[in-house]
Amino acid sequence: MSKKSFRQAINEALRQEMQRDPRVILMGEDIAGGQGGSAGVVDAWGGVLGVTKGLYTEFGAERVFDTPISEASYIGAAVGAAATGLRPVAELMFVDFVGCCLDQIMNQAAKFRYMFGGKARTPLVIRAMYGAGFNAAAQHSQALYPLFTHIPGLKVVVPSSPYEAKGLLIEAIRDDDPVIFLENKVMYDDEEEVPDEPYSIPFGEANLTREGDDVTIVAFGRMVNFANEAADRLEKDGISCTVIDPRTTSPLDSATILECVEDTGRLVIVDESSPRCNMATDVAALVAEQAFDALKAPIRQVVPPHTPVPFATVLEKLYLPDAARIESAVRSVMAYKKAKQDA
Amino acid sequence: MTDLITPITMPKFGLAMTEGKITSWNIPSGAQVEAGQEIADIETTKITNGYESPASGTLRRQIATEGETLPVGALLGVLAEPAVSDADIDAFIAKFQADFSSDSAADTQADHAEPIMVSVGDLTLRVQEAGQGDATPVLFIHGFGGDLGNWMLNQNALSTDRRTVSFDLPGHGGSSKNVGDGTPAGFAATTAALLDKLEITSVHVVGHSLGGAIALELAKTCPQKVASLSLIAPAGLGQGINMDFIDGFISADRRKTLELVLNYLVHDKTLISRKMVEDIIRFKRLDGALQGLQTIAKACFPNGRQAEDLRPVLTSFAGPAQIIWGEADEIISPNDARNLPDTIPVTLLPQTGHMPQLEKAADVNAALIKLAK
Repeated sequence: MSKKSFRQAINEALRQEMQRDPRVILMGEDIAGGQGGSAGVVDAWGGVLGVTKGLYTEFGAERVFDTPISEASYIGAAVGAAATGLRPVAELMFVDFVGCCLDQIMNQAAKFRYMFGGKARTPLVIRAMYGAGFNAAAQHSQALYPLFTHIPGLKVVVPSSPYEAKGLLIEAIRDDDPVIFLENKVMYDDEEEVPDEPYSIPFGEANLTREGDDVTIVAFGRMVNFANEAADRLEKDGISCTVIDPRTTSPLDSATILECVEDTGRLVIVDESSPRCNMATDVAALVAEQAFDALKAPIRQVVPPHTPVPFATVLEKLYLPDAARIESAVRSVMAYKKAKQDA
Repeated sequence: MTDLITPITMPKFGLAMTEGKITSWNIPSGAQVEAGQEIADIETTKITNGYESPASGTLRRQIATEGETLPVGALLGVLAEPAVSDADIDAFIAKFQADFSSDSAADTQADHAEPIMVSVGDLTLRVQEAGQGDATPVLFIHGFGGDLGNWMLNQNALSTDRRTVSFDLPGHGGSSKNVGDGTPAGFAATTAALLDKLEITSVHVVGHSLGGAIALELAKTCPQKVASLSLIAPAGLGQGINMDFIDGFISADRRKTLELVLNYLVHDKTLISRKMVEDIIRFKRLDGALQGLQTIAKACFPNGRQAEDLRPVLTSFAGPAQIIWGEADEIISPNDARNLPDTIPVTLLPQTGHMPQLEKAADVNAALIKLAK
């Protein structure tokens, strides 16, 4: 056990699964370091932010290879490889590029098991970076997990820490269905204790990072850290929060969310994806429909405005939810109860 | 007047502890306290524990505030008689803080020995060594589902004049997850091989629960290696075993359900911290961990009973031996310590569950030190 970064945790998960299972291969743009070109330097990059670095050197060109800049072709190839016996992990670089290969994911990979009467398996993982806060502008900053969550047949993972990332990626690689694994690009240098041994974290099982009596906060990916920060500050003022990290948006651990809301009676949802039809609206609908009687205050969503992610640093900062905004949302649902009692 | 002032400092619960959080003061500033009285609750990354006052006196100052996290050795409060002036106390605090900030960096470096990985045959074992000196070394063997962290409040106390070794059994903690046949005899063979690897020829053996049965197997097969036996709530002396604990430990995969199972371990249920539950869940997620536990449970407790009777080993053991048991043990009944020869002292601890080494560390350490003299 030692401290590892989010980046190292993901690299270690890939390496250990490649060691364990020869069917696991990696493909994507620049993940091997341009060895496909004549002037390329072998293993120079490891993907744009260095996540796969070292794997080409360890496993060679047959199992780690660069693809043309054509998402439609290599994601399609990965889907085919999965359907015919390999366990590919394809890196989509920025999730914003999914537009180029959505048919391969949505109409092919996600449908095979269902349309072939359960006889086809597609053990595919698509890794991609998501999220704002990196100054990467509107075409490289989106948090598109709701888009995939919407499609039956896909599993969608949004890890919130290095420990979570390693265990969930190993689970993703061992899963027989297509899994979209989304990494917040701002988190790659986050560090925490991560076991050296392989381990897997089951899908659809939420993690409670804080347990409290007053307010339930459901947060996704990087937002879990902000929610924890807000919860710790609120704790000092006597407001105790439960923080739920669902880990996967599909399947979603709705039982845990409902259970916690029934205990606390108040719900704040933190989601950095665009606010219409996102995870916040999904969870809000779930709770409004199934735990309405438990609610002591309106559900609050802490989400960005419905606009492309701005490039300007000051605007991007305003765009993204943060601990202060979560804190004030929690205070507002707490205050709501008071106003009602006074009346 | 500084000799009349006693600093209360952040204790070190175990080798890995570098800092602790004071979760609550149990007595107000200005109150009279007796030595041994629990004056505060301190939370570490592993457990929350009551902190017993090192001396009697008036709690003149609470330096640490509730919720504050401080390094080991940091000043939490000051005890002194009412006769000591406030000015003297202020001066004492100022001097302590000045000395502490300059010393603390060097201290934490020296104490913070990390576990090492040791190859024994095909296995890799995580081993925590401490202490040095001429006295016969001490070996700690944990129980089912445990790890070397179970000895966090004990290993240091035994390490003042000797080498001490704790380790993760195969299938546990950071050791290889291959448990072999999962029997105490199998684990004893691995333990003997570890001692050979560490070039330890004779050792005081402390075994807890299933580790007690392993200690007995070791005494059976390698009596020359075993200088004494200290068995804490050991398996091997009776047939009963709380299978709700064993089965629940294996099957519970959520924090809520596992916490209920872990409550069987202790009399004071508040000792089971969130972090402890989380650590066990994380351990069980490791590749092979769950299968290992299942193999052990099947081999050691078939049909819900303990498989092996090791009483004859204990009664015929030539060296000194002792039994330590919590009266409120909910996993293995302390009645199993009955009808042993008078030469084997039995320490029964009131209001103590299955883990006396954590719940009543001071009593257990005193008994261990006494036998290892």
